[in-house]
Amino acid sequence: MILASLGAILSHWRRHPVQLVLLVLGLSIATALWTGVQAINAEARRSYDEAASALGADLGVIVRSDGGPLTTEDFVNVRRAGWLASPMVEADFSIGPIDVRLVGVELLTLPRGATTLDLDDAEDPGAFFQPPGQFWVNERLAAQLERQETPPLRISDEVPANTVITDIGIAQSLLGASDISRLVLSGTQPANRTPLRDFAPHLEERAATDSADVSRLTDSFHLNLTAFGLLSFVVGLFIVYASINLAFEQRRATFRTIRAVGLSARMLSLILLAELALIAVLSGMVGVILGYVIASALLPGVAATLRGLYGAAVTGELGLDPSWWAAGFGISIFGALAAGSQALYRMLRLPVLSGAHTAAWFRSFTRDLRLQTVAAVALLASAVALYWTGTGLLAGFALLGALLLGCALLLPLPLSLATLAGQKLARSPLAEWFWADTRMQLPQLSIALMALMLALATNIGVGTMVSSFRETFTGFLDQRLAAELYVDAGSNERAEAMQSDLEGRVDAVLPLWRVQARLFGEPGDIVSAADHATFRDHWPIIEGAPRVWDLVASGSAVLVNEQLARRHDLELGQTIDLPGGWRPEIAGVYSDYGNTAGQVLAGLEAMRERYPSADHSSFGLRVAEDRVGALRDEIMAQYDLPGSAIVDQASLKQLAQQAFERTFIVTGALNVLTLAVAGFALFASLASQSSMRAPQRLRSGRLGFAARR
Amino acid sequence: MPFRMIVSNLWKTYSSEEKPIEVLKGVSLSLDQGQSLALTGESGSGKSTLLHLIAGLDHPDRGDILIAGQNMVGLGQGERAALRRKSIGLIFQSFNLIPSLTVAGNLSFQARLAGRADPDWMRDLARRLGLEDLMGRYPEELSGGQQQRVAIGRALASRPPLVLADEPTGNLDEATADAVLTLLFDLIHESRSALLMVTHSDRLADRLDARVHLSAGHIDQ
Repeated sequence: MILASLGAILSHWRRHPVQLVLLVLGLSIATALWTGVQAINAEARRSYDEAASALGADLGVIVRSDGGPLTTEDFVNVRRAGWLASPMVEADFSIGPIDVRLVGVELLTLPRGATTLDLDDAEDPGAFFQPPGQFWVNERLAAQLERQETPPLRISDEVPANTVITDIGIAQSLLGASDISRLVLSGTQPANRTPLRDFAPHLEERAATDSADVSRLTDSFHLNLTAFGLLSFVVGLFIVYASINLAFEQRRATFRTIRAVGLSARMLSLILLAELALIAVLSGMVGVILGYVIASALLPGVAATLRGLYGAAVTGELGLDPSWWAAGFGISIFGALAAGSQALYRMLRLPVLSGAHTAAWFRSFTRDLRLQTVAAVALLASAVALYWTGTGLLAGFALLGALLLGCALLLPLPLSLATLAGQKLARSPLAEWFWADTRMQLPQLSIALMALMLALATNIGVGTMVSSFRETFTGFLDQRLAAELYVDAGSNERAEAMQSDLEGRVDAVLPLWRVQARLFGEPGDIVSAADHATFRDHWPIIEGAPRVWDLVASGSAVLVNEQLARRHDLELGQTIDLPGGWRPEIAGVYSDYGNTAGQVLAGLEAMRERYPSADHSSFGLRVAEDRVGALRDEIMAQYDLPGSAIVDQASLKQLAQQAFERTFIVTGALNVLTLAVAGFALFASLASQSSMRAPQRLRSGRLGFAARR
Repeated sequence: MPFRMIVSNLWKTYSSEEKPIEVLKGVSLSLDQGQSLALTGESGSGKSTLLHLIAGLDHPDRGDILIAGQNMVGLGQGERAALRRKSIGLIFQSFNLIPSLTVAGNLSFQARLAGRADPDWMRDLARRLGLEDLMGRYPEELSGGQQQRVAIGRALASRPPLVLADEPTGNLDEATADAVLTLLFDLIHESRSALLMVTHSDRLADRLDARVHLSAGHIDQ
């Protein structure tokens, strides 16, 4: 019985293969974009976790309170005080043209659990720390480093993306400094160890949550992608909804017959449910494969964006994670059921004897339209409520979602009223037929139009947003990158020597001091501002106290970036706790485009006094524009600096703009794909309409309407 | 036990905006195995309603419909469907074939649904109905007479004890209608099924064993 019924139900698709293709494609595309985004997010999160597990982010650490590097003496003192700690160095490093994260560890003291790697070579126990040492990398980086001069490579898939793990001594010699980034602590510590404050008050113990920080920082980016994936999915669902309803409507007479000859409504519903599930699984399979292709194409761009924006290392290669495969199938089945539930419900309630006409469908559409309008008004009301009461990114997305969906659901109402008015105003029989027929097609057509409206609104919104971001960013760069040349001397000592040398040869030398610090418990940094017109004239201050730069120069106040101010509701005049017990006032807020972390701008003299060991290996130079090229060459020759160590303003702006454009590659791609889905929805809908209206046209022809009219 | 259908004291009222319309007012009739009965009456007299109630497609307000000892009125929706599947062959005026199935698929559909598909009987039916050369065609490729022959074949394929036909030749011209009915009566006679046929035509009604006339909700014997 079940097989005979299923055969009869499925035979519809044999007679309407194009409809089946449209349905499967609609569901596949909806699933594909969602799955692709999930795959990208899963891959990125896997990379964060991998970095955490491979480098002991779960273990506590000891760092300097002011964010500066630790010395060997600090390490020795900590060990003597009874702490089980191991030094670790971590820095950005270039091997030829390849930028990597260089991590140096000390194998002998490294706590158990600090890394999942088995760095100890049983055959050659000293190979890791005896020169030339070893570089532990993953397979992808090993392939990139093939032509570079490096110590012997050891390949492990557990090494995070773009990361080199080596002995601390080798790392320090490569970096040209004996600095230690942090001391990694064993999970269990002796009870009788001396508290840090008793012998090293400048140090503090922290639960290292680097990976969590990265996850938190990148959350908004992933939420952004998810929102896009969801939008595409919703747009795709409109297609699926339209296709399923059409297929149910076309088979209404068949369902009636099948029930009349002896199949119960419940059994018929179960069979239709099985049919939907079958189509969903097929579409899910196609969708997941398409999603994989999309994710593979977008992942390198996403990885570059995440690296550029947040310093998060994400591999550019996509793994085959069963969880997002399952999620893809799940979302496909959910989508098909969600889109088909109304049709199934109607079928279950359909009396065996009711007619199967477009007019009946239209009457039910008119009933649904009332409900839909109520839902639209409710959604718009919730958008207004969210506007006044919601806070945070999620509430923002919910507001946009409610607004978009509310407007989309409201669309059929004006369409219905317009066609009704057209019908009433029509004078000729042809016009009357046209309006009446168009009105009859509304249930089907309005769904595709809603999908198109959603996608177009998003497309225009995102396009406007990106172009306004670009405009703001360009203006921001003009203000922030005021110095004509930026020099990276490589070390603090060298920078100081060069600055003394260059005084008098340029219009101004602007030392740049930087301290990595925890601001309100989150990673951030404190940077210096020299008391110079460059800052006073150009720095993009959003809100400032009177004589703000005098206050900063005096060391009694600092500026905070917009991100920090908004995140913690900071106000002018309020004090801020900075490392080393410094509590200056906040004298202003400045825009800090593209920086996700908090930042504090402090006076140069105050920085020198408070954080003498801070990194100040870079500085800016003010010089007449026509002297930039010559001075650059002169400095390179005089101090034997590589070309990458001295960058002019124009190149830096170009680099920043390139990074900006890269940030929106993924957004742009998803934007285009969503629009393509909506375009496909309209095509599918019009194709179905056309085939359904063929008999109508034939009848009109018989009544004497010329085909061309 | 020989088949018997008993309809007793059947009432059916439809609600309308003005006032309720009483379509059937205590209708009773019976039909034995192998017997054919014509149900005539004016348009709107309740003929089709009575047929639908007997088939379990609609609910009466009162009364009983016993089919092979089972009271259709007391059954649930699923049980009514099962009784229809196994014991009743339905023939509609508008054929009601499944457009996506071929003639062969339509012909065997109810028999397969009832688990009583008999390939020899199916071949014989197709031959007797003149459908042998049309088995691979779809309903839309057939004439009205051909479609009704498929519908008759579908109704008889599972050899049901009761066949209910609602104006089976209403959409056919006279010559085709006669040919189709002759086939129907022959097959009914052979299979010893009982036939209840709704018709407007006295000429057709005369060809059946008996007739009852439905008027103002009552049976005029």
